[in-house]
Amino acid sequence: MTLPTLHGVVVCHGDLARAMVAAVEEISGIRGALVPVSNTGCDRGQLEERIVEAVDGRPSVVFIDMPSGSCLFAAVRRLSGTAEVRLVTGVNLAMLLDFVFHRELAPDQAAERALDTGAKAIASRR
Amino acid sequence: MSIVVARIDDRLVHGQVVIGWGRPLELSRIVLVDAEVAASPFERELYQMAVPAGIDVEFLEPDAAPDRIEALGVADERVLVLTGSVDTMVALVKHCHGAIGKVNLGGIHERPGREEYLSYVYLSTREFDDLKAVEAAGIEVSAQDLPTTAPVPLSALRR
Repeated sequence: MTLPTLHGVVVCHGDLARAMVAAVEEISGIRGALVPVSNTGCDRGQLEERIVEAVDGRPSVVFIDMPSGSCLFAAVRRLSGTAEVRLVTGVNLAMLLDFVFHRELAPDQAAERALDTGAKAIASRR
Repeated sequence: MSIVVARIDDRLVHGQVVIGWGRPLELSRIVLVDAEVAASPFERELYQMAVPAGIDVEFLEPDAAPDRIEALGVADERVLVLTGSVDTMVALVKHCHGAIGKVNLGGIHERPGREEYLSYVYLSTREFDDLKAVEAAGIEVSAQDLPTTAPVPLSALRR
């Protein structure tokens, strides 16, 4: 039996999403698990379309850079309440790397795991 | 003058507005004039989230906006007036009786029928002509995405 494979979408300002996805692919060797979306050069309706197109009706976790702003608003406007889609803000490389190796999880579980992994990656050291 | 800037930005309240403009201009209030947002509690809550502590935000229907903006024009505040479309701003300027002295083209993106003037300013011929009429009425119109970039006067915009 093949387990359903969770899809990841990364939505960020400027070129950040593309750079993060490229870094995850370079580190993990896993390609195609994450789709980058930029808010550059579009109005809010067009950004919503880019996000919906990237999700493509699949069970997904949508990773967003900021807990506010155009990327979050566009995702919330179109995807809030959608079954099998969860939104996670404050994306970082650690949570994306962990995500690509755990795509057998349900969206809820994957979102919780991303919050945990992402938070653990933030630390201060001397 | 209390209306510090009147901006057209089709992303409405977002980072460039609250951080890029809000901090250097020391805004005390953002007035978003948009029928869809004003009518929707969900949209209002969403955009409220984008505004940091210290800046008040209010959401107005276009019909109700001129009176409120005229009142804010003489208040002890630093206000950014925001619309998502050229049409709403042009109508607002017409009915605000001098409260708005300059219009900022901040983010008007590509759509069918529009042509590119700057990477963040696309206008149809009608929108351009409407803005020229605003300028002819003595109101400064310029494109500027952030305070750290040089403003480009409407008269200098080229397709």
